[in-house]
Amino acid sequence: MIRISDLEFRYREGAFRLRIPHLEIHEGSTSAFVGPSGSGKTTLLNLIAGIVLPMKGMVEMDGVEISAMGDAQRRDYRITHVGLVFQEFELLEYLTVLDNILLPYRINASLELDRKVQERATMLAEQVGIADKLTRYPKKLSQGERQRVAVCRAVLPQPIMLLADEPTGNLDPVNKWRVLDILFEYAEQSGTTLVAVTHDHEVLERFQRVVDFKEFQEYEDSDSAAPRVVEGNGDQAGGGSESGGAEP
Amino acid sequence: MRHTFYLAWRYLAYHRFKTAILVTAITLIFYLPTGLRVLVEQSSEQLTARAVATPLVIGARGSPLELVLNTLYFRADYPAPMRHEQVTRVQESGLARAIPMYVRFQSQGHPIVGTGFDYFDFRGLRVAEGRQIATLGECLVGARVAASLGVGPGDAIISSPESVFDIAGVYPLKMPIAGVLAFADSPDDDAIFVDVKTAWVIEGLGHGHMDMTTSEAQPGVLAVEEGNVVANASVMMYNEITPDNIDSYHFHGDLSDFPVTAVLVVPPDQRSSTLLQGRYQSAEDVAQIVRPSGVMDELLETILTVQRFVVAGAVILGLATLASASLVFLLSLRLRRREIETLFKIGGSRASVGLVMASEIVFVIVGGVALAALLTLITQQFGAVVIRALIRM
Repeated sequence: MIRISDLEFRYREGAFRLRIPHLEIHEGSTSAFVGPSGSGKTTLLNLIAGIVLPMKGMVEMDGVEISAMGDAQRRDYRITHVGLVFQEFELLEYLTVLDNILLPYRINASLELDRKVQERATMLAEQVGIADKLTRYPKKLSQGERQRVAVCRAVLPQPIMLLADEPTGNLDPVNKWRVLDILFEYAEQSGTTLVAVTHDHEVLERFQRVVDFKEFQEYEDSDSAAPRVVEGNGDQAGGGSESGGAEP
Repeated sequence: MRHTFYLAWRYLAYHRFKTAILVTAITLIFYLPTGLRVLVEQSSEQLTARAVATPLVIGARGSPLELVLNTLYFRADYPAPMRHEQVTRVQESGLARAIPMYVRFQSQGHPIVGTGFDYFDFRGLRVAEGRQIATLGECLVGARVAASLGVGPGDAIISSPESVFDIAGVYPLKMPIAGVLAFADSPDDDAIFVDVKTAWVIEGLGHGHMDMTTSEAQPGVLAVEEGNVVANASVMMYNEITPDNIDSYHFHGDLSDFPVTAVLVVPPDQRSSTLLQGRYQSAEDVAQIVRPSGVMDELLETILTVQRFVVAGAVILGLATLASASLVFLLSLRLRRREIETLFKIGGSRASVGLVMASEIVFVIVGGVALAALLTLITQQFGAVVIRALIRM
């Protein structure tokens, strides 16, 4: 379970400020962060992943305080516990599809690359329909194929949490649903917690919970509210009822 | 580390054009100074080896360097000639062996060296095909001459006129090839050797023509004055010395006045050498005696001074190239900021990410240095051959 309390963050420059008194994301759940640009959705993902540190407060995962870890520990934690999917895919142009999928195993000694991992990488590529493109370079792939490679890279280390930053933002409708299917199937089968930032309200019904950062921005202004959290199993997505997922 | 190296290698292989440019730049940084140094050292050795093997040279007063280059390497403009009596002067001194050298004429770009039999002993040259020169007009050719002209014993070569406008002077002389010298890996391979008297024939100091006392020659006789026959232009001059006309060949004047460009002097010991050198110290003497090794050392000192400038230039060029390569690396890092950020975000360790970038630089530098070392090695192995070819050009 991810638990955030009394969190406060701001960048060195600019007026942006993020404050979250309390937010919990349950293990194995699927959550969507929605809201206007600049409201702090991606920043919150970065805080959960330990990419940036809060100025105040705490980010905790399964009882381990991420914000208290050192830089090396947080990197090890990310590579072993967190799978990241980006809107721009962020594949390395000079690596083949297979090498891109295996990348986490080559950049941190916490993961060991062996035959089993390689077999799992091939199997994942088969599952997402890119097995015949393992030796190609990213620039020879379509947008949808690139995002599928990025998803394979994120899930290969078998993380307990998948953080996706607008994973379907650059995809056509067919690929959008295909990539979402892959993410949700993986999360369901492995019990992985899935948190995704999205601007696409069409996809919200797929998430169990929706955290609306629009309300949260008002909280910033009034200093008295919390992000609006909608909880449901798809039918309630985008609705307006508050739940106990986040508390002031 | 293998994963780090693998990623670095994949990056360099993917950007192979950029990598090739960087490796070439690094190669040049290291190769230019070392390669130049090796070449200069080998040039020095090449130039001095033959000079050291030649104790003394006598020639007309003038440029010692021109004298040495002409006498030893058969290059440079031919120096002012001196009288053949200078050969006799050395011989009569009893202090050294004297070998006449008359290096003036050419045939198809190859120097014709007029000399004596002693020259072949002195240089350790042996006949590989055919035989030694036996009569006036015959020649021996160096190994490279035989190869480049495709000639051998039994063929003939013709001396080239010094100038197309020289219609009154030197006649082309057809010279039968008596033999081909064994390859000596020296300037001798590019030369055509004749007896010094044959060189005089080429110059026109000796010639052969039809016997003016015979009845066939009478129509050409204009007058007979005190034993001298004055004839018109119908008198046939020979341009090849054959067994049939060799007896008609003769020289006008005193042979001791005939020209030579140099005398190779081979004293038996240091004492004789010193004594002989002392005899040419007078400023009024028409001849000078030089020690080829000393002359070449002076030339090499000049070359070494030039080398210092060249190496300094190469170092500056290298530093400029290094600065450019560093700029390329820095710009590359800036361009790859997003990639580095991605590696950081997904959890790449600081050491791994840093090592991947560093490995790429190390690979390029190591590749460049290795290539420079290889080129230097090749220069060491084959530089001498190139230098000899350049010297011959």
